[in-house]
Amino acid sequence: MSLQIISIILGSLTLATALLVVLSKHPVRSVIYLVVTFFLITSMYIMMNAQFLAIVNMIVYAGAIMVLFLFVLMLLNLNKEIEPVNTRTAQFTALIAGGSLFLILITALKDTLILGESFRQKNEQIGLVKELGNLLFTKYVVAFEITSILFIAAMVGAILLAKREKQIIE
Amino acid sequence: MPQDLTLILLLSFPLLGFAINGIFGKQLPKMVIGSIATVAVFASFLLATSLFSRLDGTTIVNLFNVLDFENLQINASFQIDALSIWMTLIITGVGSLIHLFSIGYMSHDEGFYKFFTYLNLFIFSMLILVLGSNYFVLFFGWEGVGMCSYLLISFHYNDAQKGIANSLAGRKAFIMNRIGDVGLLVALFMIIGQFNTLEYTKIGHLIESNKALTGGAMFFITLSLFIAATGKSAQIPLFTWLPDAMAGPTPVSALIHAATMVTAGIYLTVRSNFLFELAPFTQNIILYTGLATTLFAAFMALRQNDIKKVLAYSTVSQLGLMFVALGFGAYTVALFHVTTHAFFKALLFLGSGSVIHGMHEEQDIRKMGGLAKLMPITHFTFLIGTMAISGIPFLSGFFSKDEIMAQALHHNTFAYIVLVIAVTMTAVYMFRLYFLTFHGEFRGGDQLKSKVHESGPSMTLPLIILAILSIFGGLLNLPGLFFKNSAHWFDHFLSAGTFGLNHIHPVHLDFATSIQLMIFASIVALSVLIWAYLNYVKKGNIAKDDKDLNGWERLSAAKLFVDELYNVLIVNPILAISDFTGKIIDIKLLRNGVYALADGVLNSANISRKWQSGFLSSYLFWMVFGLIIFVAYYILKISVWH
Amino acid sequence: MQANMSIGTSLDFFLFVAIALFAIGAIGAMTRKNMIVLLMCIELMLNAVNLMLVTFSTYYGNGDAQIFVFFTMVVAAAEATVGLSIIIMAYRNLKSIDIDMYNQLKN
Repeated sequence: MSLQIISIILGSLTLATALLVVLSKHPVRSVIYLVVTFFLITSMYIMMNAQFLAIVNMIVYAGAIMVLFLFVLMLLNLNKEIEPVNTRTAQFTALIAGGSLFLILITALKDTLILGESFRQKNEQIGLVKELGNLLFTKYVVAFEITSILFIAAMVGAILLAKREKQIIE
Repeated sequence: MPQDLTLILLLSFPLLGFAINGIFGKQLPKMVIGSIATVAVFASFLLATSLFSRLDGTTIVNLFNVLDFENLQINASFQIDALSIWMTLIITGVGSLIHLFSIGYMSHDEGFYKFFTYLNLFIFSMLILVLGSNYFVLFFGWEGVGMCSYLLISFHYNDAQKGIANSLAGRKAFIMNRIGDVGLLVALFMIIGQFNTLEYTKIGHLIESNKALTGGAMFFITLSLFIAATGKSAQIPLFTWLPDAMAGPTPVSALIHAATMVTAGIYLTVRSNFLFELAPFTQNIILYTGLATTLFAAFMALRQNDIKKVLAYSTVSQLGLMFVALGFGAYTVALFHVTTHAFFKALLFLGSGSVIHGMHEEQDIRKMGGLAKLMPITHFTFLIGTMAISGIPFLSGFFSKDEIMAQALHHNTFAYIVLVIAVTMTAVYMFRLYFLTFHGEFRGGDQLKSKVHESGPSMTLPLIILAILSIFGGLLNLPGLFFKNSAHWFDHFLSAGTFGLNHIHPVHLDFATSIQLMIFASIVALSVLIWAYLNYVKKGNIAKDDKDLNGWERLSAAKLFVDELYNVLIVNPILAISDFTGKIIDIKLLRNGVYALADGVLNSANISRKWQSGFLSSYLFWMVFGLIIFVAYYILKISVWH
Repeated sequence: MQANMSIGTSLDFFLFVAIALFAIGAIGAMTRKNMIVLLMCIELMLNAVNLMLVTFSTYYGNGDAQIFVFFTMVVAAAEATVGLSIIIMAYRNLKSIDIDMYNQLKN
C-alpha cells in the first residue's frame, strides 16, 4: 500500500514538473525543471525494477543531454525580456489539441488488460544488467553495431555544423 | 508446275513489278521501267492461260490463316475456277496491252516510274479481288483497287492548270467508292452472322442444304452487296465519279474505268449468284436501276464534247446494260458482255488516247475532224470499236448485246423497249463521236494540223490487237443459230465451272424469235450508221457551240444537272456541318474545355500551396491532429464497429 | 540487487502518467516559440514513450521493450546533439531563436 502512495506521489510530481517545464518563461528554468522531471522518471523506472535503464536514463539524459542544453543556452545568452511568446489563440488551440490527444490515448487504453491489474512479476530479473546484456548482445547485436555508426555520423555532423564558417560572418 | 505455285507466281509478278519500280524507279531508265511492268503483267497472263488450259472444277489454294475464332475462320485463300480464271485472263490480257500502250503514251511524263508502279499495284489488287475464295480477300482487293484508282486519277495533281481539279476528281471517286464500301462491309457482317463463314463454296453448300436460310436476311445482304456494286460500277446514284475520273491519264481510263475496276461490281454479283437467286426483290431493284442508268447515261452522252467524257458516259451506260442482264438472273450473259465490253471499250479509250496524243493534248471534238487521213491506224481501229459498241452485225458487241436484249424480250417487254431506246442512243452518240473526230474538215487551226501525227508502234499495236478481239470476240458465245455444236460455249464454260451457276442457265429463245431479234437489232444499228453518215459527213453538220443548243440538248450537255443536284443536296450540307463542327464544337467546346480543366488544377494547386506556411508549430499541430484521428479510428473500429 | 516487488503498484497509473507526459510535451511543442525549449519538449515526449515501454516490459516480463528503450535513448542523444548544433548555426544567421522566423520553407 505504501508503494501505491509512493508511486502516486512520484507520478503527480512528475506531471507537475513537466507542466512547469512547458509553462515557465525563463528558458534556464525550463531546463532545470526538465532535469528534475528526468530524476522522477528514473525513480519510476526503479520502481519497476528496470535498473539498467534507470541508470542509463540518469547518465545520458539528465547528465549529458541536459548539460548540453544548458551550455547552448548559456552560449546564446538569452534574457527573459526577449523571449518570444505565442499569441493567446495559438496557445489555446495548442491546449485543446494536446488535451484531445490525452483523452484519445486514455480511451485507447480503456479496455486493455493491464488496467486494474497489479504487477505480475513474470520475471523479476528482467531489468537487471545481466539479463539485458544477454539480450542486447545476442538478439540485437546488429542494431547495437549500427548505433555506433549512427553516433559517428551524429558527431561528425554536429562538429561540421557548428564550426565557424569564415564566409558567413562577413 | 502445280496449280498453287502457278497461282502464287501469277499474283507475285505484278507485286514484284510494283516493288521494283517503286523502290528503284527513280534511277532506272524509262524503257526498263516500262518493260518490267509490262512483262510482269504479261507473265501473269501466260500463267493464267496455263491455268485456264488445265482448268478442272474448283481448286482452292490456301496461303495462311488470318482469323481463327471458334465460330469463324478467315483464310487468305484463293480460288481457281472458271469465273476467276476468265476474269484474270481479261485483266492480265487487256492489262498487258494497256501497259504496252502506256510506254509510248506516258513517255513525256515526269512521273513515268510512278505511273507504272501504280498500274502494277492496281493489277495486283484486282487479281486479289477476282481470285479470292472468300469475301474477305475480295474486300481486300476491293479496297486496293479503290485506292489505286484514287492514286491514278489524281496522278497529275501537280499540273499547273488542272492540278486541283484532278485531285478533286480523285477525291470524288474515292468518296463515292467508300459509300459503296460501307454496303460491302455491312453485307460481309450480315453474311458472317447468317452463315458463320465467308467462303463462297461453303456458303453455297449451306444454302443448298438448308433451304430455311432465306427471307428478309437475304434481301438485306443482297441489297448491301448491290450498293457496293453500285459504288464500284458507277450505277445510279453513285455514278458521277466516273466522268470526273477522266481527269486521269487515258491509259488509266482504259484499264480501270473500262475494262477492270468497274466490272468488279458485276463480278461480285455473279460470284454471289446463289445469294441473289434467293432474293427476287433485289433482282428487280437491280433490273430497274440498270435500266435507268443505261438510259440516262446514254442521254447524257449525246451532247458531250470531250472525247473521253463521251466514252465515260458510254461506260456507265454499258454497265447499266450488264446490270439489266444480272437483274434477269442471266449471269453468264452479263459476263459475256463484260468480256466484249473490255475489248471494245479499252480499244476506244486507247484510240482516244492516241488521238489526244496526236492532237497534243486537245480533247474537245469540236476542234478535231478529218483525222482519218492524218492517223490511219487509229482511225481504222476506232471505227471497229465504234461499230462493235453500236451493235453492227457480226461484231462482238452485236452478239453480247443481242443476248441481253433476248433476255429482256423474254422476261419483261417494258425493259426491252427501254433497252431498244438506249441501244439506239448508244449508236447515235458513238457514231457522232466517230464522224466528228475523223471526218470532215480539221477544225483545230492550221498550226495544230501540221503537228498532228500518227502514234508510234507501241501505241498502235495494242489498238490492232484489241480491234481483232473486238471483231472476233463474239465467237465465244454464239447463239444457237450458228454452229450448233459450239454454240454458247462461254455460257457452258462458265456455268460448268462456277459454283451456283450450274443450276442457272439464261433463257434461250426459239429460232424464229432469235432471228427476228437479230434482224431488228441489225436494222437499228445500220440505220443509225446511215443517218449519222448523212448528217455529219454529207450535210457537214458539226457539233454546235454551247449557245446554240436547244432545250433537250442543253439538258444532255449539262448531264441532267445531276452533279449540281448532288452538290446542293449532299455535298454542301456536309461541308457546312463539318465547318460548324470544326469551328464551333472543336474550338469552343473541346479546346476551351481542356483549358478550363487545366486552369482548375492550377488554381487548386495555388490554394493548397498556402498550407505550407513554414511555421513549425502549425506543422506540429497538424501532426497531433492527425495522430488523434488515427487513434480514434482504431478505437472506434475495435470497440464500436465490431 | 534484487528488489522485492509485491502486488501493490498498479500499472495503469504509470501508463496514465506516461500519456499525460506525452500530452504535456505536445502542448509545449506547439506552444513555445523558443527553439531550445521546443527541443526539450520533444525530449519530454520521448521520455514519456520510454516510460510506457518500460511499463509494458515489466508487465510481460519481456526484455525486448527495454532494449528498444535503450536504442531510443541512443537516438535521442544523437538527435539532440545535431539539433543543438543546427540551432547554433541558425542563431548565427538570424540572431534569433524564434521559431516563427524560420519560415523560409513556405510556399
